[in-house]
Amino acid sequence: MIGTALFFLFAGFAIACAVSMVYQKNPLYSAVSLVGVFVALSCIYVTLAAPFIAVVQILIYAGAIMVLVIFVIMLLNLDEDKPLTRLRYLYAVGGGLGLILLVQTMFIFYAVLRAPKDPVDTSQTAGKSLSIGQAMYTEYLLPVEIVGIMLLMAIIGGVILVRRLEPGQLKLVVDSELDKRHEEEEKDDYRIAF
Amino acid sequence: MEPSLATYLALSGILFTIGAVGVIYKRNAIGMFMCIELMLNAVNLTFIAFSRYYADTTGQLFVFMVMSVAAAEAAVGLGIIISFFRNRISVDVDDASILKN
Repeated sequence: MIGTALFFLFAGFAIACAVSMVYQKNPLYSAVSLVGVFVALSCIYVTLAAPFIAVVQILIYAGAIMVLVIFVIMLLNLDEDKPLTRLRYLYAVGGGLGLILLVQTMFIFYAVLRAPKDPVDTSQTAGKSLSIGQAMYTEYLLPVEIVGIMLLMAIIGGVILVRRLEPGQLKLVVDSELDKRHEEEEKDDYRIAF
Repeated sequence: MEPSLATYLALSGILFTIGAVGVIYKRNAIGMFMCIELMLNAVNLTFIAFSRYYADTTGQLFVFMVMSVAAAEAAVGLGIIISFFRNRISVDVDDASILKN
């Protein structure tokens, strides 16, 4: 009983935060709402006997990824989203597509009829860091190594993407971009950014 | 009594749908990025729920992999957003129109 109550509490919190994330115009408020979703999901993971993943969720998502996102939002000094002037019909199209997707995902109620109704008693093995670690370094060693290489590639790619251009190249880019801007104010904005 | 497997999957489906609709609605590149993170999290929830109901640790292991992919995506995606901002002074995806003409 208490499990059900906790689930619906955290599920409601997660859905409310997710809706708020899409609704907010200010990217910083969106980011904070997303942190709320992560925390709620982490609590649900604890009730699903996955304490290790719950801690990793907080550490990696709320601790690392969202800090990076908020850092970029503050670095770029983003304004609120401008109101949508053209393509207004996309709101209706997006809502319709979302409704179809929701109906499709609700087919799981039909699909999981054969699935186990009650969770197996896993208090002995599943979810402990020991069994995850054992599986990670024996049976699934190759995927773990691939993930390691992928992270290395991401580090190198990230560094290369954001490096400063050489002064000569930079001048070419700035001049060509300044030519395209008509308003004096826009040009000033562009100069300040460098 | 605990909620059934279908309840967890329904929550996951709702979160995934909110994320997908958010990707359509947001024009801010960082907003779209955060919606994608939300969709990844919805999928993680199904992994954990199946791992619990079938008593198999593999699901949790693959949640770990998905988190690594999300971290790599954050590094590269934010790098792309920063270099786009340097060139256009905006993170609005409508401004990424250099190939249009």
